[in-house]
Amino acid sequence: MKQFITFVKKEFYHVFRDRKSLMMLFGMPIVQILLFGFALTNEIKNAKIVICDYSNDVTTQQIINKLEASKSFEVQRVVSDHFQIEKSFKSGDIKLVIVFPENFNRDLLHLNKAQVQIIADASDPNAANTLTGYATNVIRSYQQELSSNYSAPMQIIPEVRMLYNPQLKGATNFVPGVMALVLMLVCVLMTSVSIVREKERGTMEVLLVSPINPVLVIIAKAIPYLLLSVINLAVIILMSVTLLDMPVNGNIVLLFVESILFIITALALGLLISNSVESQQSAMLISMMGMLVPTMLFTGFMFPIENMPVALQLISNIIPAKWYYIIVKSIMIKGLGFASVWKETLILTVMAAVILVISFKKFKVRLE
Amino acid sequence: MKSVELNNIVKTYNKGEIKAVNNVSFSVNKGELFGLIGADGAGKTSIFRILTTLLLPDSGTASVDGCDVIKDYRTIRKKVGYMPGKFSLYQDLSVEENLNFFATVFDTTIAENYELIKDIYVQLEPFKTRRAGKLSGGMKQKLALCCALIHRPNVLFLDEPTTGVDVVSRKEFWEMLKTLKQQGITILVSTPYMDEATLCERIALIQSGSIMMIDTPGQIIKNYPDKLYAVKADNMSRLQNVLRSNEQIKSCYSFGDFHHITMDNVQLTVDNLLVSLQNEGLNDLEVKEIIPTIEDCFMNLMSS
Repeated sequence: MKQFITFVKKEFYHVFRDRKSLMMLFGMPIVQILLFGFALTNEIKNAKIVICDYSNDVTTQQIINKLEASKSFEVQRVVSDHFQIEKSFKSGDIKLVIVFPENFNRDLLHLNKAQVQIIADASDPNAANTLTGYATNVIRSYQQELSSNYSAPMQIIPEVRMLYNPQLKGATNFVPGVMALVLMLVCVLMTSVSIVREKERGTMEVLLVSPINPVLVIIAKAIPYLLLSVINLAVIILMSVTLLDMPVNGNIVLLFVESILFIITALALGLLISNSVESQQSAMLISMMGMLVPTMLFTGFMFPIENMPVALQLISNIIPAKWYYIIVKSIMIKGLGFASVWKETLILTVMAAVILVISFKKFKVRLE
Repeated sequence: MKSVELNNIVKTYNKGEIKAVNNVSFSVNKGELFGLIGADGAGKTSIFRILTTLLLPDSGTASVDGCDVIKDYRTIRKKVGYMPGKFSLYQDLSVEENLNFFATVFDTTIAENYELIKDIYVQLEPFKTRRAGKLSGGMKQKLALCCALIHRPNVLFLDEPTTGVDVVSRKEFWEMLKTLKQQGITILVSTPYMDEATLCERIALIQSGSIMMIDTPGQIIKNYPDKLYAVKADNMSRLQNVLRSNEQIKSCYSFGDFHHITMDNVQLTVDNLLVSLQNEGLNDLEVKEIIPTIEDCFMNLMSS
């Protein structure tokens, strides 16, 4: 036991005296949260729109005011001439035009039905999709307000609700993704490099010619990174709550426990890599190419897995981050409990156990 | 019981392509200071790694302190001290942290075996908070020796401990080994420096994975088959050319200020040689008979 504690202490010395790695360790999650949160978001803010209002009545005015009040839109001008529409799009910075036909208010009051046309610049289809979604939302909510004031229903519209993310907030998707990515990167990269470093510097040779148990060496290596990863996790959650207004809807203890399970899986992977390669460079390369890229691709937070070919969907099943991503989304966003994530938890546990056993087995008690 | 014993050890790399150790057998007595002398790539490190259980031999048997290097590797790892050729301590830990770490790894404390390392450690003490990576070459070796000794091993393996270390530190290092020997520790040391061979009790001369000779340094020198002469002239490179083209000169190697030569005594005498060299236009000639060094013996064994 004393040996183990000394070993862990030694690992902490290594971590804290290597300033560059330490900076990376704590800088990376912060930078990623900021990047994904503010720069790389698919949320659209202050999109410039033009209103073409042939009706110019109370209702259209109210709708225009509502559009203007939303953070997503910035009404550039109101025109009453459809020739202006094409011109506006060609000028380039107008993303959306909303056209109210003549007698909009009258139609709504008398026929209980009115039409509004939304024209989007679909050269960027994703943005167009998102913006039309925003606009329909605004109009629909106005219409609901209106309906509650009158006894007769104004119009029947199929209700589409964006579950869990009504404002199509980008953060909901990417925070769990970033958590998976950062933990994967920190744990796999750092641990894989740490054992290989001992091989490269020759200290492994000295350690091998000693009574120390190899299992002890491996576990002691992983402990500092386990601790640092938990701190990282806390930082990410804190940042997403304070900076991105992203609440943790579920049980935070459960979230941490599940995260530690994922961290252990990642650490085991790192140990497996470092037990299989001979140089720090190849350890880094394998961690980056072999872990980071699949994690980005197959976790589901960048590209929906449902849209992939079946073969890739099958491959995605062996990526631990995918299961962790599902767990975090369930707990953090949907606020679900353990009962709904036990399957994913079980899969992660089995993965961790299998990888750990393999990496223990792969630890060479000799130099070859 | 012998402290270290090797029987017909063979070790190859690259699936048998490179033969690093070729049928090597020797033994080291308890408490002996034994030297493995040979150039780089002669197979010294491979032998050390087999004995310290880091490598498995292709064939042959070996034992250290009565334990088989394959079967009882765990026991051996408790009883030996090993200092690899490359500096292998934690560069980012201080002198004291390194020593403490290795003491704990071997389940002991600095205090418990302080007597053994005291002489060496007092020299390191002023730098005990310095990171190991920032020490001078000589200091690094002393620290590595301390770490290898901290658990009072029965057998100490030192793989080229003096390579890359300055002359003064090298001398000090050998003094330390002598002191350690008096404590009853068997020491197996390898070195490419021939002048260090005479500091060992017995040496094995090794070349291309095979042992050429094992004996005490004195006996090896005594066994040198020919009379050895040192020759000097004003133009040394021309002298060498002349000597090497002379068919009656058996061997000629350059050693600092002199060329060491052996000759066919039946046909050539020192006087004859002097005359023939003078005829070649060489001046300031000096020829004297000398006692061979280990290096001379090594060269002689290599060429035969």
